[in-house]
Formats: sequence, structure tokens, C-alpha cells
Amino acid sequence: MINSKTEKVHLSTRASGEQTKLWDTLYRSINARIGFVVFFIIALLCFLGPLFVPHSYETTQLSLGASPPSSLHLFGTDVLGRDLLIRTLIGGQISIFVGFLATAVALIIGTLYGMIAGYVGKKTDALMMRFVDTLYALPFTIMVILLTVLFGRSLVLIFLAIGAVEWLTLARIVRGETRNIKTQAYVQAAQLYGLPHHQIISKHILRNLISPVIVFATLTIPSVILLESVISFLGLGVQAPLASWGSLINEGAQKFDVYPWLLIFPSIFFSLTILSLNFIGDAFRDAFDPNL
Amino acid sequence: MANLITVDDLKVHFVSKQGLLSQKIHTVKAVDSISFSIPKGKTVGLVGESGSGKSTTGKAIARLVPMTGGSIYYNENNISELSNKEFYPYRKKIQMVFQDPFGSLNPRMSIGSSISEPMTIHLKALNETERKDKVAYLLNKVGLSADMMARFPHEFSGGQRQRIGIARAIAAEPEFIICDEPVSALDVSVQAHIINLLKDLQSEFNLTYLFVAHDLAVIEHMSDTILVMTEGKIVEQGDAKEVCRNPQHPYTQKLLEAVPLI
Repeated sequence: MINSKTEKVHLSTRASGEQTKLWDTLYRSINARIGFVVFFIIALLCFLGPLFVPHSYETTQLSLGASPPSSLHLFGTDVLGRDLLIRTLIGGQISIFVGFLATAVALIIGTLYGMIAGYVGKKTDALMMRFVDTLYALPFTIMVILLTVLFGRSLVLIFLAIGAVEWLTLARIVRGETRNIKTQAYVQAAQLYGLPHHQIISKHILRNLISPVIVFATLTIPSVILLESVISFLGLGVQAPLASWGSLINEGAQKFDVYPWLLIFPSIFFSLTILSLNFIGDAFRDAFDPNL
Repeated sequence: MANLITVDDLKVHFVSKQGLLSQKIHTVKAVDSISFSIPKGKTVGLVGESGSGKSTTGKAIARLVPMTGGSIYYNENNISELSNKEFYPYRKKIQMVFQDPFGSLNPRMSIGSSISEPMTIHLKALNETERKDKVAYLLNKVGLSADMMARFPHEFSGGQRQRIGIARAIAAEPEFIICDEPVSALDVSVQAHIINLLKDLQSEFNLTYLFVAHDLAVIEHMSDTILVMTEGKIVEQGDAKEVCRNPQHPYTQKLLEAVPLI
């Protein structure tokens, strides 16, 4: 599932997807609507919900221990007696936050890098892309383990590790698209009347890269959230008492046979989020595809 | 009549290396030692089949393709040895109309901003409203209406897009325009309109054209002089009517025979 990003999309620079048509297609897609609504509800719950939950995510009640869902603790409590509802919501904050921020980092680095390689071309391009190939060849988990060994565990590290992996794919996509756009007659016309390079890039190339980049972003956010949970599941990510969906699912999985609610509730939130974001991403891809 | 453009012994060779380690070098002589001149205010037609090097010749004059040898003179000034910075003023004087009406306009820019972009570089004295007025004026000149300037390229037909491309080409007030197969992608009824438009603009603004095409009928109608090109070389040149009525070179005869009769 992590590798699904590589076969991502056939992206076109044909911009028949003008704004109105884009929103039309998105609105007409039932999947997209469900995706937006579900994701909106989950995000709202995670970011505003904790205000209404009368528990703290770090207060332990050892006397209570792991208790099943009750009227006081709707999702039950974990082995240390911490309320699972608030932990799930806080975990959601972390996961969604990591998802969006790491994607933004990957987006900026990948777009700039790919655009420069594609626009300058020749030896610079070859050199830059071989560097990408080299990084691609490093296994993700080993890279994360190496980073944690070197710098210790922290949230920043998760960004770094995920960003370092995700921008590679985008750099390739953007580089290819840039090379394609560069051969278009309107770019030649701009070169002909002497438009400076930075304006050619910002006015002509960047504008036409928007659709593939948006599609990539919407499909990357869920895969980043997934990666974060992989890291946390391996015990290299978020540290207790803070939680992410990944770390909660990790705990829950270990005690599933005794305290099943520890796995079930975070998993439901997690799967719904991934699913809704994938729906949104697919809808964006379809909306930008002129062949559909 | 003074020559605006003189091309002397122009060569454009493309070198491709095969393999990573082997030093096998493959050279394509796209343009191989051609010389011609274009008098001010006149049209020179460049005709030949696909791959004959006619488009490359135009692009080399416009510096879209680097030249391998020879020289190009603009009003007696050798422009082929200028650095990119020194060449800059000529970017205003030399413009181009492209073949593909769909690729020649940025799909994400309104046609108004596409047309005014050359002005932002070469007519810096104009302010925003003056530029807008000029776009409106240019749109009228090419037979479109001024209120279309906020629209995007996908709302126009191929012929209309070509008109927009022409408006952009004349926006910076150039003296010399390279028409790189401007009508080959259009259907016949639209071709005539575009050709007449180009002729009208030529007499109104005293433009000089290098007109590249593969269609002899179009070339004959458009040009004063014709150059026939094949495999990177000019095989015949002369007065337009003369070449079409009384072709000397066997290649020109073949080209003429290939014109379909309806």
C-alpha cells in the first residue's frame, strides 16, 4: 500500500480542467463528497473534540487499569487507565498534522527540485536525477532507524524522514512534466521575446504544473499518515504519553486478545481518514484528467 | 531594395552521442550551408517536405536553435556573433508565429495577458491601461473582438487561436516575423483568412516575412521569392511565380506534381 504512490497517475498538462469544470466534476463525484464530509467530521472531532472531553490524555489511573467502554470513558481506557477517546483524538491531531506538514515539505522541495532539473536540462538534469535515484534506492525503514540512532526520537525527525522519501516521487513527476511543458510553443514564444527565466518558470511552467501537483498532494497525505504510523508502530515515532494513531494501534495490536477496544477505536478513525483522503485524491485525479 | 535579413552560409548540425562510453557520434545536418536574403517589406517563402530543415532555419534566425556555422545579418549588422545580452534588442524586432495553434498559447493564461506579455518586456513605457488598450486594438486588428481578452485559449477554435498568436507576434511592434507553417494545422477555408490577414498586416505595419510552409500553393500566394529546400540545402530559388510555373530542379518539379488537384 505504501508503494501505491509510484503508479500514481497519468497526468496531463492540458488544462481543460478550468476552475468551474473542476469543482463541477468534484461535486458530481459521490465518492468525493463522501470523502470530503467524512474527513471534515474526523478533523473537526480531533481538533475541537478534546475541548469537550473531561479527561486528560496523560493522566493515568492505575487503579482503573484497562476498562471497557463505559458512560464515563466512551472508548474505554488503556492499561494505565488513560481515557482512550481523548488519546484517539489527540493521536488524530498528530497524525493529520504530520500528514499535512510532511506533504507540504515534500511538495515544496520536490516541485523546486524537479522544476530546476527539468528546466535546466542536460548535465544538471542528469546529475540531479541520479541523486534522486540514489536516494530512492535506500530502504525507508533503514533510513528511519539510522536517523533515530543518530539524532534520537522526535517529531521533527518524522517530518524529515517522511519528507525525505516523499519528495523523490514528486521531483520525478514534476521534472517530466516540466520537460514536456518546456517544448510547448508558448514557452518557445516566451524565450523568443526574451522573458526572463524566472518569469518563464513562474508564469508558464509553474502554472501548468498545478494540476499534477495537487493530485500528488491529495494522494500523498494519506500515504504520509500511513508512513507515520509505520514509524510509530515500529516504536520509533511519537513517544508516550503523546500518541498518534500509529502508536495507539501498535499498543492495541499487542493486547488485542484481552482488550480489543484498544485496537478497534483508533483503527476505525485511522481507516476512515485514509479512505476519505484517498477518495478525495482519486476525485481530484479524475477531475484533472482531460480524457475522462 | 535594402536587405533586412541576410543569411550567409548558415549551418545547423545536431550531434547525438550514442551510448554512454562509446564515442560514436552521429551528426544530422539539418541545415547545411544555405545563403539567402530577405528584402525589407518583402516575403520570402521557404518550402520543402518534412525534415528538409526549413523550420530549423527559421528557429536558428530567432535563436531558438543554436547555429553551428555561418552568419546572419540584420540590416548589415552581424547578429550571429552577439552575446545573448547584446542580442536582446533584436528580440523585439524578430517575432514568430507558430505552427500548432493549440500549443502556442498558455492554457492557464487569459489571451489578454498572453498578448500583452511581450509588451511588458519591450514596450516598458506603456502602463497597464495603455497595454490593455493596445491588446484591444490588436484583437480588432486580427479580426477578433476586444471583449474576448479575458477568455482562455480553450474557448477558441484553431483559426481564432492562430489569430491570437499573430496578435502576440505583432504586439512588441517587430519588423521581421518568422511564420513557421502558420496555416498547416488549419483547414482550407480558415487558411485563406489567415493568409489574407498576414498580408494585410504586412502592408499596414511594413513587416518583413520569412514564410515557412510545405504547401506550394500557399507559398506562391504569399511570397515574393521562393526558396526550395531539401535535406538541408537550397536547391532552387527565384521569383515566386517563376518557380511555380517553370521549375528547374527535379525536386521542385516533384513537389509541384505532389500538389493535389481538386
